Amino acid sequence: MQVYLPIAETSVNAFTLLGVGGGVGMLSGMFGVGGGFLITPLLFFIGVPPAVAVATGVNQVVASSISGVLAHLKRKTVDLRMGVVLLAGGLVGSLIGIWFFNLMSRLGQIDLIVQLSYVIFLGIIGGLMLQESLRALMRSKNPNAPRRKLHQHYWLHNLPFKMKFRTSGLYISVFPPLLVGMGVGVLAAIMGVGGGFIMVPAMIYLLGMPTKVVIGTSLFQITFVAAFTTMMHAVTNQSVDVMLAVFLIVGGVVGAQLGTRIGLKLKAEQLRILLALMVLAVCGKIAFDLLWPPAELYSITVPGRF
Amino acid sequence: MRVLWTIFFLLAALPLRAEEVIAGLSQNAVSLTVNFEGSEILIFGAVRREAPLPEDSDLNVIIAIEGPPQAAIVWRKARRAGIWVNTDSQTVRAAPSFYAVASTGALSDILSIDSDLTHRISTRLAIFEARNGADRTDQAGFTEALIRVRESEGLYQSHEGSIALERETLFSTRLTLPKTIVEGRYSARIFLLRDGDVIDEFETFIDVRKAVLERWLTNLAYDQPFVYGLLSLFIAVFFGWGASALFRLLRN
Repeated sequence: MQVYLPIAETSVNAFTLLGVGGGVGMLSGMFGVGGGFLITPLLFFIGVPPAVAVATGVNQVVASSISGVLAHLKRKTVDLRMGVVLLAGGLVGSLIGIWFFNLMSRLGQIDLIVQLSYVIFLGIIGGLMLQESLRALMRSKNPNAPRRKLHQHYWLHNLPFKMKFRTSGLYISVFPPLLVGMGVGVLAAIMGVGGGFIMVPAMIYLLGMPTKVVIGTSLFQITFVAAFTTMMHAVTNQSVDVMLAVFLIVGGVVGAQLGTRIGLKLKAEQLRILLALMVLAVCGKIAFDLLWPPAELYSITVPGRF
Repeated sequence: MRVLWTIFFLLAALPLRAEEVIAGLSQNAVSLTVNFEGSEILIFGAVRREAPLPEDSDLNVIIAIEGPPQAAIVWRKARRAGIWVNTDSQTVRAAPSFYAVASTGALSDILSIDSDLTHRISTRLAIFEARNGADRTDQAGFTEALIRVRESEGLYQSHEGSIALERETLFSTRLTLPKTIVEGRYSARIFLLRDGDVIDEFETFIDVRKAVLERWLTNLAYDQPFVYGLLSLFIAVFFGWGASALFRLLRN
């Protein structure tokens, strides 16, 4: 069965879409990742124009993180003050990202920029995840291995405009969280991702936040930044495809429920290696397309269409 | 007496229109609905003649279906620092978003260059290049690439020799509109040819429109993008939150 996407102006197989949404939703349920970084490139592979894939991907991020942030708010595992600072940075970052995105669209280079940023970020995440899970696997075999120190102070924390974040138990300059939030906002606008994969490690290792508030606070920032970015893409590019979003979201929420159930029963470490390999495979496919001489050197863009 | 006069006038008009083409389409409207996956159109017609069949020349038919023209930018990739990047581009002033030509024989045999130039029948002539293009030969390469890329997407089609003209009178052919066609008014032109010259032409139209819901969504997205953005956020929140609430309810 085909679905006609009114904004992308093409039709795609409905089951493929539900499969993409469901599969990525399942992974996100199993590993607690947002999955935006997989949905957007998978949409490229099935023929959705990159601009529509990015804008609709970021809309799907809102759906996949909203219930999480509500649960965390109820459990009071959100550092609201830190969340707001990260969000302020995120909104600025999103604006910069949207501006850059539209500039590159006009120059005909947006496909390249999106693909390049995916190669770089998927490469980094996949590599780190593989390394981390291999190390965890070693550690589970050898429990006496030394553990890493969690909380360290950098010169970054001593910049001016110090602020107290009571829930996180931190007294640090306001600049590092602003910059982290901003970086994530830029990624959201250009890549159509939530950016949790960058923000969570940054919050733990760079800001030194306690792990129990990290997930809730990052979800808080992601939900609002993704919502803002969706609005910006809708207003400046008209590239959000609601029909596409509905299929991805429905597939995604069902998949996430299944994934959570499966994740509880399976061994996390081995699965994590699998996810890392999958991320690296997607990265490899995009990199291959950029490096291998294309069969057709020419491509066409129609002003006002995607 | 009146009848005689009529016949007389008809005969007088004959040298101009000795043969006429009449044609119809299986559908004059295509609706881009939720499950649209392309559409097949049957074009059929007949040649009406009021004089005996000339014996010294061949009769031929060409059918050209043309989608709404758009400006287009054709990009060429080159290797830069190891990766393939769009480097050069040429703007095409107007190129049909869809173009299909079907005929009773090879266009080069049945259509004279003059008639092609007058009626712009072959795909190459349906595309209007920008006049300010500096390098003509380079531009030709880009225009040919445009045709090649769109042919590979099924947006440009050439079916030379696909029309069967039965007993010099009846003809029909089928053309497929792919799933990526855009909205608008598509013209279907049917040409009747003798000795490479167009002796009669018939034109009809196909209206391609998005169905009610698709049309509403597109209009909203372009006319009231803010409301559209809010709608997509509402859907995301509704499904995202609603689904997890539903599953929690099911579990208890």
